[in-house]
Amino acid sequence: MVSGVKPASANPVFRALADPTRRAIFEELTRQGEQTVHALTHYAGVSQPAVSKHLTVLKRAKLVRHRREGRETHYRVQPDALAPMVNWLNLYGAFWRDRFDRLEAVLERMGS
Amino acid sequence: MSHPAEGSNPAESRTRTLVIERVFPYPPEKLWRALTESTLLAQWLMNNDFEPVVGQKFQFRAEPVPNWNGVVDCEVLIVDPLKQLSYSWGSLGLGSVVLWTLTPAEGGTHVRMEQSGFRPDQQAAYQGANYGWQRFLGTLEQVLGGLD
Repeated sequence: MVSGVKPASANPVFRALADPTRRAIFEELTRQGEQTVHALTHYAGVSQPAVSKHLTVLKRAKLVRHRREGRETHYRVQPDALAPMVNWLNLYGAFWRDRFDRLEAVLERMGS
Repeated sequence: MSHPAEGSNPAESRTRTLVIERVFPYPPEKLWRALTESTLLAQWLMNNDFEPVVGQKFQFRAEPVPNWNGVVDCEVLIVDPLKQLSYSWGSLGLGSVVLWTLTPAEGGTHVRMEQSGFRPDQQAAYQGANYGWQRFLGTLEQVLGGLD
């Protein structure tokens, strides 16, 4: 019996996605599939160096990977990287514990 | 307490199970009502059109959030009055089964909730990515905060 998420492995992912612009870029990549830096810059509405910086952070967190083709760099999401984060066991664990508390309150109110 | 049965390889395909247990200081009859009467169920779980009839399809409905319509699609699988209740639970690309087991205990009723069918696969990761991030990260933060 092991708890699913280790903060040490989830935190780089968490930190990378805590920034709204990076999160928007990442979401765009999950929606559209592979995108060029050029297209992402257009989408994000910030400068290309800023986008490149954000992409570097996402890359370090292993949330995206890239390939070069000619002058363009293409980025795509690496869904496996979310595994330490999207942990259904922990999410639902928190959900059901909260609901058990509410159930207890309802039982109290029901009277005998 | 949750008891995730965990494999060492997160990408493996076998399913995992979540178990939450608690003893409530009330008789099984009262627990059964709270679990099976739609209006009571709505007060602690979610709005629903549940009826304790095997084979009946129903939905739980929460407040929609960005990228999640708040709907859980279910079907009643087991109705064994005062003892067991089970329904399928489909939401956000996750198909699972919820099983409630009531056992008389000293001073009340032992309640065991088992949710099984978790597959740590890419579909789940993708759906997770689409689940409203603000809310999702808020929950995640709590989860991480609760870990050693």
